[in-house]
Amino acid sequence: MTVVKNDSVNTKEDVLKKAHQFKKKSQAKAVWIRYKRNKLGMFGLIVFCLMAVAVLSANIYLDYEEQAISQNLSERFKFPSEENILGTDQYGRDVFARIIYGGRISMFVGMATVCVSLSMGSLIGASAAYYGGRIDNILMRIMDIFLAIPNTLMAITIIAAFGSSLFNLILAMGISNIPRMSRIVRSAVLSVMGQEYIEAARACGTSDGRIIFRHILPNAMGPILVQVTQTVARTVITVAALSFIGLGISEPTPEWGGMLSEAKSQLRYYPYLAISPGIAIVMMVMSLTLVGDGLRDALDPRLKN
Amino acid sequence: MLKYIIKRILWIIPIIVGVSFIIFFIMDFTPGDPAIMILGEGAKSEEYEALRNELGLNDNFFVRYIRYISNAVRGDLGKSYRTNIPVFQEIISRLSYTLNLAVVSTIIAIIIGLPVGVVSAVKQYRAVDNISLGISLVLTSMPEFWFALMCILLFSLKLKWLPSLGADSWKHFILPAATACTNTLASILRMTRSTMLEVIRQDYIRTARAKGAPERTVIFGHALRNALLPVVTIIGVNFGLALGGAIVVEQVFALPGLGQLMINAVKSKDTPMVIASVLFSAIIASLVNLLVDIVYVYIDPRLKSQYSAVKAKKVKI
Repeated sequence: MTVVKNDSVNTKEDVLKKAHQFKKKSQAKAVWIRYKRNKLGMFGLIVFCLMAVAVLSANIYLDYEEQAISQNLSERFKFPSEENILGTDQYGRDVFARIIYGGRISMFVGMATVCVSLSMGSLIGASAAYYGGRIDNILMRIMDIFLAIPNTLMAITIIAAFGSSLFNLILAMGISNIPRMSRIVRSAVLSVMGQEYIEAARACGTSDGRIIFRHILPNAMGPILVQVTQTVARTVITVAALSFIGLGISEPTPEWGGMLSEAKSQLRYYPYLAISPGIAIVMMVMSLTLVGDGLRDALDPRLKN
Repeated sequence: MLKYIIKRILWIIPIIVGVSFIIFFIMDFTPGDPAIMILGEGAKSEEYEALRNELGLNDNFFVRYIRYISNAVRGDLGKSYRTNIPVFQEIISRLSYTLNLAVVSTIIAIIIGLPVGVVSAVKQYRAVDNISLGISLVLTSMPEFWFALMCILLFSLKLKWLPSLGADSWKHFILPAATACTNTLASILRMTRSTMLEVIRQDYIRTARAKGAPERTVIFGHALRNALLPVVTIIGVNFGLALGGAIVVEQVFALPGLGQLMINAVKSKDTPMVIASVLFSAIIASLVNLLVDIVYVYIDPRLKSQYSAVKAKKVKI
């Protein structure tokens, strides 16, 4: 008897588990199938993945100290050739190596910015939507005030106060993206809030934190994910702009904006130096934009049928 | 209606106070002693102390903030630590360059982006649509300062048509305005296209066509008017970005605008200048948003009725 009972319990749990897994899988799968149909989206995804692989495995085929940092004045200003695909800069450093390692910084800052702004934005946006009423009002009015300060200016202010370093740059970019992120999270959560399963969870006596993080946020993920790709794309541009005006990553660390700032002074005689870092930025930002657009279309329920 | 506008204008006051508080608070973390910056290293310690007292640096944060605000209302934003010139004067003299750049580039973006977006939506999936979408994708993905460099390379260095640096004549203004408008143009184009596509499928468009209205009236009279709202919003949002972008573009073309002032102030730790220049830009961005909200009321009669509905509800409660 006991064996049978155990069995039935097991199967019941198994079934529930399987159903749960199946449901989760099918949702993600449906989005993926729709995403795959989008040629531009797939193109963006492939380009981004290729760039990510090239940047992350850089240590295998490049030597950071030797090719991207150490100066070699006898090799300076070499036009693109077989040896240096993109030529060398005013200190004789290989431009290709510097672009690859610059990509590392851009990607890292982009991801870290998303981590900061998404975690704070989720906390603020989700609690505003969940508790509603006065808390919602107060939080959103505070975010309105932050939103009144243009992104670049906010970042410049934070860097002005704390000095320019990688950590401060991430802090600046993270903080300046919190208001937008919390707005997106708030509206995404509000659209989920009315659903019955939230009420069911509340009826079961689930704690507020668990409802927010287990039930609401995963279901409100769509628009947030789209916003994440856009934030990374925008951050790549803003970080390059800040380095370009001398408030971001400083020499000799390779960074795309910093490379362009150096290339600016050589524009008349060595224009090739200014072209390749810009193309790297455009490739990275465009691939992320395409992925974001593709995701948005794949997640949009209006296009489901 | 008038009440809505007044309410919206009044709401700008807490925004400005809040913005100034945030900027003042962040800049309070700036390391270094202003007294040493102003007097240099060689002065006596009593002199430092006297100056600190004069500037009120020994008071606590809130006292200093309140004093700053009450002075600011009277037009006194302090003196630059570096040059000792009143900050207000300096900013006003530089502001016109940045403001011109942001306004002109936004207008260019509207003039090009709006019609192209409409055409793109009307001819969905045709060559025109694909090309304009492709261009707008490239424009959004491109940092403005890099586009600026490429324009200098082509138009100033190769073709020698336009000057690359300075701000002496209207010719100097063409390249900066053209480069500063790219992002706004792309987002206006994309937004116009997508809202037009939504609107064009509505029943009232079919009705307009069925009653025999000419295609031009249908598109510009019926469809565009209804598609305009999100576009106006995006113009307001983008103006803030345009200000930020103008700061970087100024740097490329060596325009003596607010951006250059701000960046130099940041590099030399000239705190009053940084606070005031960021504050000014943020206030301008908020004023433009206010303007957009007011324009909104005029182009969307629904908002009017909605507002009166809210009012009626409030009276009931």
